Amino acid sequence: MKYLADVTTLEYDIGKCTGCRRCVEVCPHGVFAMEDKRAAITDRDKCMECGACALNCESGAIAVDSGVGCAAAIITGMLTGSEPTCGCDSNDDSGSCC
Amino acid sequence: MQLMKTSAEISRSERWEHFKCRTGAFRDKYLVAPGLYALGEPDENADVLISANYKLSFDALRQELKGLSLWILVLDTKGINVWCAAGKGTFGTDELVRRIGEAGLDEVVRHRRLMVPQLGAVGVNAAEVRRRTGFKVSFGPVRASDIPSYMRAGYKKTSEMSTIRFKMMDRLVLTPMEMNPVLKKYPWFAAGILLLFGLQREGILFSSAWDEGLPFLLLGLAAMVAGAFITPVLLPFIPFRSFSIKGLITGFVMVFLASLVPVITRSQDDALLRAATFLFFPAVSSYIALQFTGSTTYTGMSGVKKELRIGVPLYIGAAAVSLLLLVAFKLGDWGIL
Repeated sequence: MKYLADVTTLEYDIGKCTGCRRCVEVCPHGVFAMEDKRAAITDRDKCMECGACALNCESGAIAVDSGVGCAAAIITGMLTGSEPTCGCDSNDDSGSCC
Repeated sequence: MQLMKTSAEISRSERWEHFKCRTGAFRDKYLVAPGLYALGEPDENADVLISANYKLSFDALRQELKGLSLWILVLDTKGINVWCAAGKGTFGTDELVRRIGEAGLDEVVRHRRLMVPQLGAVGVNAAEVRRRTGFKVSFGPVRASDIPSYMRAGYKKTSEMSTIRFKMMDRLVLTPMEMNPVLKKYPWFAAGILLLFGLQREGILFSSAWDEGLPFLLLGLAAMVAGAFITPVLLPFIPFRSFSIKGLITGFVMVFLASLVPVITRSQDDALLRAATFLFFPAVSSYIALQFTGSTTYTGMSGVKKELRIGVPLYIGAAAVSLLLLVAFKLGDWGIL
C-alpha cells in the first residue's frame, strides 16, 4: 500500500552518507537500501515521514519534516495555529490515535 | 533499584482486558509500572529489551518470548504504544538514558547491548544513547513475534522483519476505535434530522419527524459504517490512494445500496432529497475515512495535509448545499415555493 505520490518532504544528500546503514535498519517501509556502500533511496513515495532515519543519521545526510498524520490532529492544528499533536495522551474522546 | 518479575504467559483475564482495551473501554488507563523486569531467569549476559508501559504493547512483547530469559526495561510512555510515544518523544533518548541510570543497568548486565523496537527509532537517537550511557542500541524487528528468530540469526534482520505490514486483521482490530468517536456524535446528527423533519407549519410534529426522518437516520448509520468500518477493512481494494476518495466511493456505494431498502427508498422520491442524500452522506463517509489516516502504518503528514487542503472546503460546501436542498424541499413541502 502506498499513500499519495510526490508529497513527502524527505531529502537525502548522498554525498554526506558514511554508509553506516542506520537508515536501512530503522525505516519501516524499506525506503533505503545499500548500494555501493552507500544508502540509496528505493521509492520516495513509500516514505511516511516518521523521521526515524533523519534522527539516527549521524552525518546529517537525511532531512524530513516529520509529524503525526492524524487528520483530526492536523485540523485542530490548523484551527488553533499550533503544531498538530494527536489526542492519544489526553483523556478527551478524539478517538483515533496514531 | 526495584526489580520486577514477569513471564511470557498471558492469563485469561488479561485476554479479556485486551479485548476491552481494543474496544475503548479503558484505553487511557491500561498501564504497567515503568522499570526493569526479569523475564524467566536472566543473568548478567542476558539481552536487554526496551518496551513501553502501555500494557497492550508490553503483553504483545512478552507473550512472544516463551522459553527465553531476558531483561525488559519499560520506559514511562504514559501508557502509549511504542510508535506513537516515539513520535511524541516520550519513548525517546532522554527517557531511555534516565531509565538505564535509574535501573543501574550497567551493574545488572556485563555487556553493553540494548534491543530497542525498530518503531522506537522515531524517538531514540542510537548514537546519542551510546555517547551518554555506553550502551549500543540495535533496533530489533518491527514485530515482537520476530524477536526469537532475530536473536537466533545473530541480531540480523531480514527486510521482511523491518517492514511494517497492514493486513486486513491489523486493520480490523482498529475499527472499533474508529466507530466509537463517530457513534458518540450520532445523537447530535439524529437530533438535527428529527428536528428538521418534525418542523411543520403546524409546529414540531413527532409523527412526521419519525416517519420522514427515519430513512435519513439509517443513511447516517450507513455512512458511518462505510467510513469507519468498510473503508478501513477493504482499504487496498478500494481504488485511489487518497483516503477521502476511498471514503467517498464506499459512501456512495453504501448510500446507493441503502436506497434499495424499502424504508429508505420512499425518502428518495423527491429529487431535492435524493440529491441531498447522494451529496451529504458520501461526504460524511469520506470525512470519517480520512480520520483513519491517523491509525494506518503508512500515511504521512504531508499527504494528509494535502487531502485536508482540498477536502475541507469541499466538505463544508457539500454540507451547505445539502442543507439548502433540504430547506428548498421543506419550503416546497409547505407550499411556499
